[in-house]
Amino acid sequence: MEHHKILFLLIYLFLPLLGIMAPDRDAQAQNDNPAVAAASDLKFALEDIAARFRADAKKEVRLSFGSSGNYFRQIGQGAPFQLFLSADEDFVFRLHQAGKTADRGVLYATGRIVLFAPQGSPLQVDDQMAGLKTAIADNRIRRFAIANPEHAPYGRAAEQVLRRLGLWDALQGRLVLGENVSQAAQFAASGSAQGGIFAYSLALSPNVAQQGRYVLLPEHLHQPLRQRMVLVKGAGETAQAFYAYLQQPVARKVLERYGFVLPAGAAQ
Amino acid sequence: MDWSALSLSLKLAAWTVLILLPLGIWAGHALAAHQFRGKSWVEALLALPLVLPPTVLGYYLLVAMGGASPIGQWYESWIGRPLVFSFEGLLVASVLFNIPFAIQPMQRGFEAIAPEVRDAAACCGLSRWRTLWRIELPLAWPGILSAVVLTFAHTLGEFGVVLMVGGSIPGETKTIAIAIYDRVQAFDTAGAGVMSAALLLISLIAIGAAYFTTSRSRSRRHG
Repeated sequence: MEHHKILFLLIYLFLPLLGIMAPDRDAQAQNDNPAVAAASDLKFALEDIAARFRADAKKEVRLSFGSSGNYFRQIGQGAPFQLFLSADEDFVFRLHQAGKTADRGVLYATGRIVLFAPQGSPLQVDDQMAGLKTAIADNRIRRFAIANPEHAPYGRAAEQVLRRLGLWDALQGRLVLGENVSQAAQFAASGSAQGGIFAYSLALSPNVAQQGRYVLLPEHLHQPLRQRMVLVKGAGETAQAFYAYLQQPVARKVLERYGFVLPAGAAQ
Repeated sequence: MDWSALSLSLKLAAWTVLILLPLGIWAGHALAAHQFRGKSWVEALLALPLVLPPTVLGYYLLVAMGGASPIGQWYESWIGRPLVFSFEGLLVASVLFNIPFAIQPMQRGFEAIAPEVRDAAACCGLSRWRTLWRIELPLAWPGILSAVVLTFAHTLGEFGVVLMVGGSIPGETKTIAIAIYDRVQAFDTAGAGVMSAALLLISLIAIGAAYFTTSRSRSRRHG
């Protein structure tokens, strides 16, 4: 047989197999396993909770992590997420106003932020950021990582703290902006930046904690990171079960372990 | 290793090739065989994705396919779910983005055929279809093969557009390139390393196979 015939035979026999075998399985997975959009600060905590949910309820959710602002925009445009865990409750309220969600959701946690310095960094960490001020003055901070304040709530909190302490202007030209808070953490913890401000929940994960030193920043320096979750209209049974599971003591304990401050008693 | 991301990427690449192969043969053949006014403009337009930043294409696709656009609304009322942030939306983006990778090598392949060969075939009374199937495709096949391989490999590696219109939903729009990005952010360097190595290997095999077969066919023709 000539070359081109072999080629066409291969392409039109082999590729459809590749193309058709996969979607059937995926279509099934889609119906049973709802897509959940979560703020990146939940990366480690929510994976932990989802594993417990899988063991307890024998059901599976598909987790996506990113910045809350991006998910707000995507859900508004019709992205097929069934549950949204935002790091900023305002996004949830705005989705509700736009008629995208069933209700106003529930508050599930309040987030805290840390100042982090990777191993070998000249930055001394303290909760009033005196060390950062000196390091900037001595020109020893070349890069400082925060999440993008435009659409990442943790980035906005970082900006508020830096402005409050009068360091924002001094850091201009040295800031590197993560697309979400977990990327900011990655920049800082990998030593690519000499320091950074990101979520306490990420600093508590062993992967990050062993990469450097950190200090919890005082809550009064920024607006509280009130994190709210909500079911998107049309959410299925599994998504609803996971939403309820997240309010159970098991899940609350995990969130607490990752440094989140939990709303008292019954969710508001 | 994120197997669902890998299989999703393979699926996307397979569908992109399946759609672009007949389109590319038609367009490549037409562009090689005909001279017409404004041909350079058509060729430039088809080559545009080569230089267009993926985010620009992603932005326009979001605008064009989103829930507020006529296309997006028509699709949603027809199929019952939105086009953006779905596999189908990703496929539309991938097909558009791969147009130059599919058409250009095929066009070069068809252009390399001497016009006398085509005339001789016509003189012998072969129909246009038979000329294409018996004469032109065999002669142009190295170009077609590189088009297939380039399109396939390029789809596997596509990142910017997927990030813009995909939404990184596991099993739906989270391709292997996105999964690598995701693993790096999750401090899982081992996972990112394994997937990057797998992608490197696939790309190497694909591009190697294309060069090997075309150089062999060329040497056979000359020798």
